[in-house]
Amino acid sequence: MPALSPTMTEGKLAKWVKKEGDQIKAGDVIAEIETDKATMEVEAVDEGTLAKIVIPEGTDGVKVNTLIAVLLEEGEDAAAVNAVTADGAAAPAPKTVTPANQPAAGADKPAPRMAVATPQQAAATGRIFASPLAKRIAKERGIDLSTIKGSGPHGRIVKADLEGAKAGMKPAAQAASGGTFTPASSSVNAVALADAYGIPYSLQPNSGVRKVIARRLSESKQTVPHFYLTVDCELDALLAVRKQVNDAADGFKVSVNDFIIKATAVALKKYPAANVSWTDENIVQYERADVSVAVASDNGLITPIIVDAANKSLKQISIEMKDLGGRAKEGKLKPHEFQGGTISVSNLGMFGIREFSAIINPPQAAILAIGAGGERAVVKNGQLTVANMMTVTASFDHRAIDGAVGAEFLQVFKNLIENPMGLLL
Amino acid sequence: MSEQKFDVVVVGGGPGGYVAAIRAAQLGFSTAVVEREHLGGICLNWGCIPTKALLRCAEINHLMRHADQFGFTVEKYSFDFKKIVERSRKVAAQLSGGIKHLMKKNKVTVFEGHGKLLGKGKLDVSKDGKNVATLEAKHIILATGARARVLPGLEPDGKRVWTYKEAMTPQEMPKSLVVIGSGAIGIEFASFYHNMGADVTVVEVMDRIMPVEDAEISAFARKQFEKQGMKILTGAKVVRLDKTENTVTVHVEAGGKTEKITVDRVISAVGIVANTENLGLENTKVKTDRNHIVVNQWLETDEKGVYAIGDVVHGPWLAHKASHEGVICVEKIKGLPDVHPMKKENIPGCTYCTPQVASVGLTEAAAKEKGYDVKVGKFPFIGNGKAIALGEPEGMVKTVFDAKTGELLGAHMVGADVTEMIQGYVIGKTMEATELDFMHTVFPHPTLSEMMHESVLDAYGKVIHM
Repeated sequence: MPALSPTMTEGKLAKWVKKEGDQIKAGDVIAEIETDKATMEVEAVDEGTLAKIVIPEGTDGVKVNTLIAVLLEEGEDAAAVNAVTADGAAAPAPKTVTPANQPAAGADKPAPRMAVATPQQAAATGRIFASPLAKRIAKERGIDLSTIKGSGPHGRIVKADLEGAKAGMKPAAQAASGGTFTPASSSVNAVALADAYGIPYSLQPNSGVRKVIARRLSESKQTVPHFYLTVDCELDALLAVRKQVNDAADGFKVSVNDFIIKATAVALKKYPAANVSWTDENIVQYERADVSVAVASDNGLITPIIVDAANKSLKQISIEMKDLGGRAKEGKLKPHEFQGGTISVSNLGMFGIREFSAIINPPQAAILAIGAGGERAVVKNGQLTVANMMTVTASFDHRAIDGAVGAEFLQVFKNLIENPMGLLL
Repeated sequence: MSEQKFDVVVVGGGPGGYVAAIRAAQLGFSTAVVEREHLGGICLNWGCIPTKALLRCAEINHLMRHADQFGFTVEKYSFDFKKIVERSRKVAAQLSGGIKHLMKKNKVTVFEGHGKLLGKGKLDVSKDGKNVATLEAKHIILATGARARVLPGLEPDGKRVWTYKEAMTPQEMPKSLVVIGSGAIGIEFASFYHNMGADVTVVEVMDRIMPVEDAEISAFARKQFEKQGMKILTGAKVVRLDKTENTVTVHVEAGGKTEKITVDRVISAVGIVANTENLGLENTKVKTDRNHIVVNQWLETDEKGVYAIGDVVHGPWLAHKASHEGVICVEKIKGLPDVHPMKKENIPGCTYCTPQVASVGLTEAAAKEKGYDVKVGKFPFIGNGKAIALGEPEGMVKTVFDAKTGELLGAHMVGADVTEMIQGYVIGKTMEATELDFMHTVFPHPTLSEMMHESVLDAYGKVIHM
């Protein structure tokens, strides 16, 4: 019985399309199977003769990996069938149909391609080597060993690796949700799949930062109800002001991003309803706007914070950002410099990304995704004209911020960007 | 005088150094060893090995004296002390010759002389103060070991006040001795001389003998020694030695009182001092801490290309730890995959007195101090068939587990042949076995090792033979 979806544990053998004695080619539909989700066709992956049907049509509750039929390859003796059906594990005997778990990829049947790695395959090729003590500790702490990289002999997982895993999770303990969320590792192990299909690969051990990113963002995307609002901002005024400021600053350069950081904080100040966090008991109303700025480092994403950015000058923000950004890339930030923040800003404009949607960084309730600024054709007063435009998409936590609140906040933000004199104060 | 280049030069040919050299040669490095005295170092020439030869004789003497227990009548027997010492020296010589052969077989060049770092990967080799070679190597491993610590007022004179070296090669058997220090070295000599018929008093400054061992084990051992007739003074300090032509009067201060013990000889075994002098460390960035060279987990010093292993670095100061460090150090230099730093808690310690003591990992007290909720198992030799058959009913196997995870935190044994058995627990501990793995292991019958099983079972209330 093939696993036709990641969640399938058993299925009903709805119909045999082929009969015993039929010649079968790879790709032939041999049976139909009903799962908890749909009825799917099962294709043969090998060719041969359908020697014996083990599970009759109409059988309910057939467990995944149960032998359902025996396929004889050319030249194989029919006598071998008995051996297989007797103990289900005859050595090089006929191919059983069981692992023929390639679901039919019919257009109306969304059989996910990833579902082909059955637990059996994972067990055969993805055995996890861990010391008895490591297994015990993992079990007690609910750690999925398949997510851990072993440092022991031949890559065996040892106790120390689990201590590392625990340490890596520490920063997350600050998340306001404070729940006992454990990352749901993908139900399909990529290594097992790559092994099974002979996809060449190498393995890089997950760094602590990588693990935290994976855990926190999985948690965010799975537990925080995101909604997204997109707005276009005209940048011409801002670019002009920036030029004047920089020309006057004698070598000192303020970036567009510095304006955005300041605008974000000032907008929160003007519209505090968006400067919040959700907890089960309360809405946390922040009284200061601290902006976490996403920075890419070799280790992965890190978000240094400009504390109280609304009350800092553009120059100060610029100086701080250069320092924090530089040290973030070197991995030299102190925890208080990247943990906290009441909103995040992620800017991928430098890569020419026009717009994107970001994942909220819990316990924050909003993140602004900044696209590239550039000249675009716009219509003003019925006239086609050219303006520098920038598209911003905000992601909000709907538990704490409703659609209209988010929209009004974005309006304030857009206003500040388009009338940047207010940011110079 | 010659100037030669090598990939790896090891300074010191003891159990750390020569093993590092062999491994380096195996990995394709051109390798040299600089040794100022004997290949094999203290361990092989003046430590582990020759003392085991002596202790074997003590064991035989012990059996001879108790031969009647086994149904033998020995009318009269005697031993020639000179021959016993001679045998011990022969054993050491044979093994030192063996190392020489191993060096040759592995194409390791041996320089006789004293090695001194000149900085920038250069090493001066001198003999009697004269340079005999200057070596250049990308990697220099310091494995110069340690020597006996000398306490002021208790300076060994080689005649009446001995260190391990004189204690190993006496001209005649002393009738009475005081042994200062009850660590492995002190207790082994005390046990040897006592079993050979001398009147032995052990003076230990701590409140119990073998202070690094589990308290219960050291108390058990003490009881056995005292039963044999050895005198043991703990919490006691030797404050003065009065020497005459052929005797020493030892002034021992304990509990506010001073006691005078007059004996033929005194053995000083009060610890070790690392050999870091005149190594040219001042020409490098190598740091020392309380005389020992500071290294990281890969045995690297603060000077690039200079490494240190064995007794010259942090403890435990044991030959097997030195050898293992040598291998780790060289394999790391080679960049082999699967090199793992040493875990101190997995290094066993053995003392070859009668009864023997062997242990690995945390004592019960240390485990509790670290905050572990412990499960402790104990099994006595008296409950083991093989021990009774051997006529060795005195001893104990103690195990300490983390109640939460089943991790074996420590194992402590006292009794016959425990030094040969401890490795079973060491393997288990190294592989991170839990109590279940030990419980599911089939131990052969009849062996002393069955007690290792029973001790684990006892920790979890499942002991059979008790």
